[in-house]
Amino acid sequence: MNFSGLLAQLFAIALALAAAPLLTGWVNQCRAWLQSRSAPPLLQPYYMLHKLFNKDVVLAHGASDLFRFAPFIVFGCMVLACAIIPSLSTDLPFAPSADTIALVGVFGLARIFISLAAMDIGTSFGSLGSRREMLVGFLAEPALLMVIFTTALISQSTSVATIVETLAHREFIIYPSLAFAGIAFTFVSLAENARVPVDNPATHLELTMIHEAMVLEYSGRHLALIEWAASLKLYAYSCLGLALFFPWGIAAGDSFLGLLAAVPLLAFKLAVGGFLLAVIETVNAKMRIFRAPEFLGTAFLLAVLGLLVRLLLETRV
Amino acid sequence: MDFFILMLTFPLVSGALLTVFGERAWAPNLNIIASLGTFLCAAGLTAEIVASGPRMVFGEEFFIDSLNVFLVTLTAFVGLTTSIFSGPYMKNEQEHGRLTKPRLRLYKSMYQLFMFTMLVALTTNNLGILWVAMEAATLTTVLLVSLYRTPASLEAAWKYFILCGVGIAQALFGTILLYFAAERVLGETGNALLWTHLVDVKGQLEPTIMSLSFIFLLVGYGTKVGLAPLHNWLPDAHAEGPTPISAVLSGLLLNVALYAILRCKVLADGAIGPGFAGNLMMGFGLFTLVVAAFFLSRQKDVKRMFAYSSIEHMGLITFAFGMGGAVANFAGLLHMTMHSLTKSAIFFAVGHATQKTGTQVMENIRGLMKINPLIGWGLMLGTLAILGMPPFGVFASEFMILTHAMKHHAWATPVLLLALGVAFAAIFGKVQPMVFGETEAKPLPHAPAITPVFLHLSLVLMLGLYIPPYLTRWFHEAARMLG
Amino acid sequence: MNAAIPLTAQLINLFAAVILLLAFAMLAQRRVLPLINLFALQGLTLAASTIVAAVSTGQHHLYWSAGLTLLLKAALLPWILHRLVRRLHVKWEVESLINVPTTMLVGIGLVIIAFNVALPISQLSDTITRGTLGIALAVVMLAFLMMITRTKAIPQVVGFLAMENGLFLAATSATYGMPMVVELGIALDVLVGAIILGVFFFQIRDQFDSLDIRHMERLKDN
Repeated sequence: MNFSGLLAQLFAIALALAAAPLLTGWVNQCRAWLQSRSAPPLLQPYYMLHKLFNKDVVLAHGASDLFRFAPFIVFGCMVLACAIIPSLSTDLPFAPSADTIALVGVFGLARIFISLAAMDIGTSFGSLGSRREMLVGFLAEPALLMVIFTTALISQSTSVATIVETLAHREFIIYPSLAFAGIAFTFVSLAENARVPVDNPATHLELTMIHEAMVLEYSGRHLALIEWAASLKLYAYSCLGLALFFPWGIAAGDSFLGLLAAVPLLAFKLAVGGFLLAVIETVNAKMRIFRAPEFLGTAFLLAVLGLLVRLLLETRV
Repeated sequence: MDFFILMLTFPLVSGALLTVFGERAWAPNLNIIASLGTFLCAAGLTAEIVASGPRMVFGEEFFIDSLNVFLVTLTAFVGLTTSIFSGPYMKNEQEHGRLTKPRLRLYKSMYQLFMFTMLVALTTNNLGILWVAMEAATLTTVLLVSLYRTPASLEAAWKYFILCGVGIAQALFGTILLYFAAERVLGETGNALLWTHLVDVKGQLEPTIMSLSFIFLLVGYGTKVGLAPLHNWLPDAHAEGPTPISAVLSGLLLNVALYAILRCKVLADGAIGPGFAGNLMMGFGLFTLVVAAFFLSRQKDVKRMFAYSSIEHMGLITFAFGMGGAVANFAGLLHMTMHSLTKSAIFFAVGHATQKTGTQVMENIRGLMKINPLIGWGLMLGTLAILGMPPFGVFASEFMILTHAMKHHAWATPVLLLALGVAFAAIFGKVQPMVFGETEAKPLPHAPAITPVFLHLSLVLMLGLYIPPYLTRWFHEAARMLG
Repeated sequence: MNAAIPLTAQLINLFAAVILLLAFAMLAQRRVLPLINLFALQGLTLAASTIVAAVSTGQHHLYWSAGLTLLLKAALLPWILHRLVRRLHVKWEVESLINVPTTMLVGIGLVIIAFNVALPISQLSDTITRGTLGIALAVVMLAFLMMITRTKAIPQVVGFLAMENGLFLAATSATYGMPMVVELGIALDVLVGAIILGVFFFQIRDQFDSLDIRHMERLKDN
């Protein structure tokens, strides 16, 4: 690992840490515009993080060490995920170990810890949130894996970097399987990032919460880390989606200039993606919880269809 | 004068006329005259084919050979006798208030159109048109099954439409696969669906595709034949429709569907080699026979019971054709004829019986002999005939099938005997009290129109005792062609 | 690896995938009017796919087939069905015998079976559209599943018609369509069938005051 590679990797991570709250702020602004209300400032998430970091932590009596360490673990997982996903370049030092299945595992690890932490205190809303989160995760993970298998079949490898390189450098061919996989991926990322129609991130009705219910007990820097981790998760999923389905513009080497050139394109793609997310959130209503399995079942179905279509239609000429 | 063209024009034109004029007083007579015309043309056509061999009509679109010409005559004959029976029968139904005049008009016009579609299905050379005609035959009779508009008849017609529709969709897929296999050999000239061309090249058709195609065709057309486990629509449809419709459905449509399977079997045997198609048909036939025989014993409605008897006999015929070879094919063809004549005769007698007693439940029908000896004897003799008692013709064909099975497929014989025995016991046990039991009903003052029944039964009796040589030769030729 | 697939083949594959997607969407659809619209959309996609095949192979009778499909399945039949729904005054939710996620899973199983069955045949064919035979068979089986698991009459009919769509796709994918006369006959059958069904629905509705086919399960062997 040479020095410039290390620098490039750190740059990518730093960009992720800095840009993730901006992405969340942008999505909130678009939602406000679409709903004809005045928007909070674009940098509002930063203000909130700043505020939270300067506040004291209040812990419940029964809180164990798990409760105090979970936010750090979750944050670490998300940073790792952002480091692995090739948002700017496919040739970063972490790339060889970046396996998509490992990536799903990293997300799963974060989910486990936050669910355990929510149940740690023993309040009913925490358990409620944990159970629902596990339900959604249980159904979303197979769908995500199927999407990944489809892309992996096309590029004959499960390494994210290889997938991106193969997809970026092929000719433009209409792949119906990728279309199905893309739609399935959208469904899954809506579910995993706790967005409408699965979960409303702006709700304050506890009985309808999934993600928010798990973090009700957190305060101060713990809450700041968890909110930041949520923004990083959205950033990571968006970058993953862009890398799998719209990979043009990602640099192939690890030169610093190449990375710098890739940043505006990434910013543009994320902005468009954020706007579309806001549109989806505005147009749809939140589903009742018992409909979530159907929603995710549809995602799974589409992903499997993409896989089957790939095997049937596209492997023979 | 081309008998064939005339034979098709009679039902088509009269069907159109009856759509408009079906409510006039002379409409039933028009029905009978049209059917008579059809039959005479069919007879003329038969004489022509017997004399000069197979021929094509309209270029190569229609092909008439020894296999389908006798089925054509049989269809026309049973169509004629049924129309004679249905004239006064349906008038009676109308007078009792169970039918209205517009519905009778629908009935008559659809009846003739149904005849037309069956004749087209039997004589066409194009397997795609065969499919179209089979589906059209189903469509023309759907509304007829629900003619009485009772909940039971609506349910029967719905099941008929949906299940036969699904079945025939499988048959379409089989036809597509067949066309695919044929196109590879015959090219895209449009001849690839013509049976005469296909028979010439049947050895070159790709075996994997043909086997898959035959499976779909057997399942698809087999649904219309009433092979188990796809037979669910048959008892309902045959029991709930008006009796003349039950007679033609049982007696004629099942034969046409089986004919379609036979044409495809010839191709499949040529492509895949003997054994595959035959074994499938034997398996289905035997299974159908057993299922029908056991369900027979549980029936309480007389028409349902005889519908299951139709399924049973169709299973037996399929088994016979599955065995293959000159003797078994001959027996199968003979049995098809006998079954048509006998089953329609039974339905005529049953129709009269149910009309007089007002019910179809067997427990409530008693003492038909006292009510009217003609009906009683008609039903009794018909039942004996269908159960395979000598000297009726059914005995001859069943005997041939059994002996052939004993010689070549001994494992099937106990199953056959068991099924036939169970059916015999069930039907006879139920019909005997119906005919000879005690009843307080008064005897009928006037004789019903019972001629068709005895006409059919005497034909069956005659053919059981003596088959004229030209008929034998005819059957032999057809049997040989079936392989 | 894939550089040799021409644009027309890609388009046909894309249309076939959309048809499969629509078949699943019909299977999951809860309401009747969108169901009929999905069926019309499927007919439209079918016609488009046939036209692309016609353009790329120069078989003129495929243009006529496509026109026939467009007229019948994308316009006439949906119009008849819409009129029926309006005159029968029904706007129900589609109930089904097993719940939607299970239906979907069974559907996936059927698709896998269909693809397996069709594989040896596709390998023997040499049309531009042969990959879509598996999809056609899958559409037929999905439509069949839809017919079995629905309890109201109109969705069963839509399933029946969707089966015809699948069969048409199978015909065009394996052999560039059947001879024209056969296709006309099939189209005629389908149309007459739809009309007869329309008449039939009124009879059912008059008798049972509802189009729930569970009313029609009383005939049993007893």
